[in-house]
Amino acid sequence: METLKGKVWKFGDDVSTDLIIPGKYKFKTIDLDELAKHAMEGADPQFASKVSKGDIIVAGENFGCGSSREQAPLVIKHAGVSAVVAKSFARIFYRNSFNIGLPLVECPDLYDNVDTGDVVEIRLSEGKVMSGSKTFYFKPIPGFLMTILQDGGLVEHFKKRGRFVWEEPTRSQ
Amino acid sequence: MGMTLAEKIISRKIGRAPSPGEIVVLPIDAAMAQDGTAPLMIKSFEGMGAKKVWDGSKAIFVIDHISPSSNEGTSALHKMMRDFAKKFGVTLYDVGEGICHQLLPEKGHIYPGGIVVGADSHTCTHGAFAAFSTGIGSTDMAAVFASGKLWFKVPETLRINISGNMPKNVMSKDAILYAIGEVGADGATYMSVEFTGDAVKAMSVDSRMAMTNMAVEMGGKTGLIASDGVTRQYLEGRIKVPFLEISADPGAHYADNLEVEADKLEPMLSCPHQVDNVKAVSEMEGLQVDQVFIGSCTNGRLEDLEVAARVIRGKKVRARTIVMPASRETYLAALKNGIIEELVKSGCAVGVPGCGPCVGGHHGVPSPGDVVVSTTNRNFKGRMGCADSSIYLASPLTAAYCALNGKITVPE
Repeated sequence: METLKGKVWKFGDDVSTDLIIPGKYKFKTIDLDELAKHAMEGADPQFASKVSKGDIIVAGENFGCGSSREQAPLVIKHAGVSAVVAKSFARIFYRNSFNIGLPLVECPDLYDNVDTGDVVEIRLSEGKVMSGSKTFYFKPIPGFLMTILQDGGLVEHFKKRGRFVWEEPTRSQ
Repeated sequence: MGMTLAEKIISRKIGRAPSPGEIVVLPIDAAMAQDGTAPLMIKSFEGMGAKKVWDGSKAIFVIDHISPSSNEGTSALHKMMRDFAKKFGVTLYDVGEGICHQLLPEKGHIYPGGIVVGADSHTCTHGAFAAFSTGIGSTDMAAVFASGKLWFKVPETLRINISGNMPKNVMSKDAILYAIGEVGADGATYMSVEFTGDAVKAMSVDSRMAMTNMAVEMGGKTGLIASDGVTRQYLEGRIKVPFLEISADPGAHYADNLEVEADKLEPMLSCPHQVDNVKAVSEMEGLQVDQVFIGSCTNGRLEDLEVAARVIRGKKVRARTIVMPASRETYLAALKNGIIEELVKSGCAVGVPGCGPCVGGHHGVPSPGDVVVSTTNRNFKGRMGCADSSIYLASPLTAAYCALNGKITVPE
């Protein structure tokens, strides 16, 4: 979880949850094997068949805007994507991703310096992304979200600890 | 220093003034999941090993998105919700009751000062009643169902001040579309959007809800309006707690301000395929329209149906027109005052209270090439179930004129 290295798939601004997983699929099943076949379908219909385990999505502004559907980060993760690096994220998508154990990195500088097919390396705790000889820095992920991520998402987190990190009296922010 | 409306509501819960950016843990007064998000919530709740729901009167399920079910898979998910609700004592509003964001205020779950979360992005609607209300995902909702609490980052506030009088052919929907065009689809990300001004004070509850509903379309965490006599009149007899008038302090600090002169507004359209692609209706006049939808958590309320019926009554619609009342209460009121009969006689297809074609599951999926004028809140590519159709968002008044003429028309 500390270091993630993978091949880039690049998308533009305002990739909505309707593009990530169209609503018409999500009402019929919660079977992720089935849903993940349609991951990113609205933005790239072949994405699910092309993506490999560990790949990284790089996107522009407002990634994950639109509905609150948690199926959006779930299908991305289930399709094999290890992290999403974007210029910015929509709020609900941001919370959902950490809750299901998908790391998100807000790093606006990376976008113009990578293309689909490049390999990038993310060091979460150091707050940096490396692409070739270049290094880009991002604001570190808040401690309590890192805890949730390291536990494998909020479900595993609660199962392991019997309470939520934000309920702990000496919680660090 | 004075507090914004969001800060004021949060301060009443934590007993001190919060600072924007700070993480706070708040007790939840109402928590709602719908049929698109509740099944995953149940899976997460069970996965956590949680044994009970913290308060069944505050934990609410609504079956509205694909309602009634159109297929076996959805029916199985609905059953999963009904079984869970029965087992854990969750309040359930089943098929035919209506859309979650209309039902929660109608049934007395929303009141000024309340903290509300919904596993639906348009939960920001309830800010129209001065409740701090925001959308979350299914696993966050499982945490709320288990513990009755959740963490929030205290938002900064964008104030949208609407002053003056709105022209006759302009509705609150036009004002919010105009504002989204100005602010942009992510211009208020993480922020509370507070609507102020004499034009807002003069609005009905229905009109106010259409604006707070769309705060998320500019990235907002919640849309808020101070509670006043209008709010009181709507909530009295519905809520079980004392009514409070809550407003921002004079001298509150706003991170950003947008001034809107109501008198200068005109009917607006949000054009394909982004909500912030906003133009005046006059710029698109004459474009052929295949389907019109009047309904949804944005504009399926009584006032909206009344406005549409006033335009359409006694005539025949030229575009395929689908109308869905936002709730059973809305439906009954519209039946009683004759609106439903007028709409049906004019050629409209009137459906069951629920989300209808807005989310692309059923009840009016457009065909490739179709131009749709819709009173809903999103026009993303594929939103209504067909990626090759074009969706224009409009007020119920504009939508009614488009339905009547079969083409985009500036309302009179």
